Amino acid sequence: MTQVFGFVLSLVLTFAALFVALKTSLSFNAIIWIIGTLAVIQAALQLFMFMHLKDGEDSKAQTINILYGIFIAVVTVAGSIWVMSFGM
Amino acid sequence: MSANLNTALPLEYQTEQNRMNILGFWIFLGAEIILFATLFATYSVLSTRFAGGPTQNDLFEIKGVMTETILLLTSSFTCGLAIYEMHRGNKKGLLTWMIITLLLGAGFVGLEINEFITYVHEGATMQTSAFLSSFFVLLGTHGLHVSMGIGWAVMVMIQIVKRGLTPVTARKAFIIGLYWHFLDVVWIFIFTFVYLKGMVS
Repeated sequence: MTQVFGFVLSLVLTFAALFVALKTSLSFNAIIWIIGTLAVIQAALQLFMFMHLKDGEDSKAQTINILYGIFIAVVTVAGSIWVMSFGM
Repeated sequence: MSANLNTALPLEYQTEQNRMNILGFWIFLGAEIILFATLFATYSVLSTRFAGGPTQNDLFEIKGVMTETILLLTSSFTCGLAIYEMHRGNKKGLLTWMIITLLLGAGFVGLEINEFITYVHEGATMQTSAFLSSFFVLLGTHGLHVSMGIGWAVMVMIQIVKRGLTPVTARKAFIIGLYWHFLDVVWIFIFTFVYLKGMVS
């Protein structure tokens, strides 16, 4: 059943992120990239396995809308960090 | 409500109105992504402005954070099981898993409130520093969403008890399910980019 599989995988990803962040001695940047990637994978898992983004006859519109939301989110967050990093 | 029932589809997709409502809710979730993105951006920019106050390392405790994370993650799973039971036409199963979901959600909110109270007692209030202002606004907005979700889900459950599983009540249950999973998605990013990141540096 996809729900159980998704749940177990989410737990594994959560504990993997915890381990990488607190139990390894990698550089700060390496850790942020690794746990960031794990977070994105887990978010995608929720979106497809629990929320069934691809279901329904409007799945194309749903997917485009969510992708657009993510695009704006990335621009907002990355853009803010980038702009505010000047002069520091 | 539209009389054109397409009984080949799951209950929540059977009427045109339902399909429109579900699409509309996905568009709302797109706007929610952007709402939280602005708060994450604010936090990311201000997260090192301590104004002489406590830092992430002084405040965060991994045990409480992990408990909150597991509670919310499990509630997202049980919410998925509730919708799964709904698709099998099992009203009792739907309600049972919904109640478990809400208890886990309430546990999460309780722990979070407790965490905030602890911080304030340690002298870390919203007014202490830019870091803490943005922290409390981001976490508070998420916690408020979870709290409102609990109230909303209770109202949907009352309707299901009173009216049974119809295309209308099934659509409402499905939409609160989407909302609940979405809140877990937001938490994954809070867990990663607020708590774990804060404890690394």
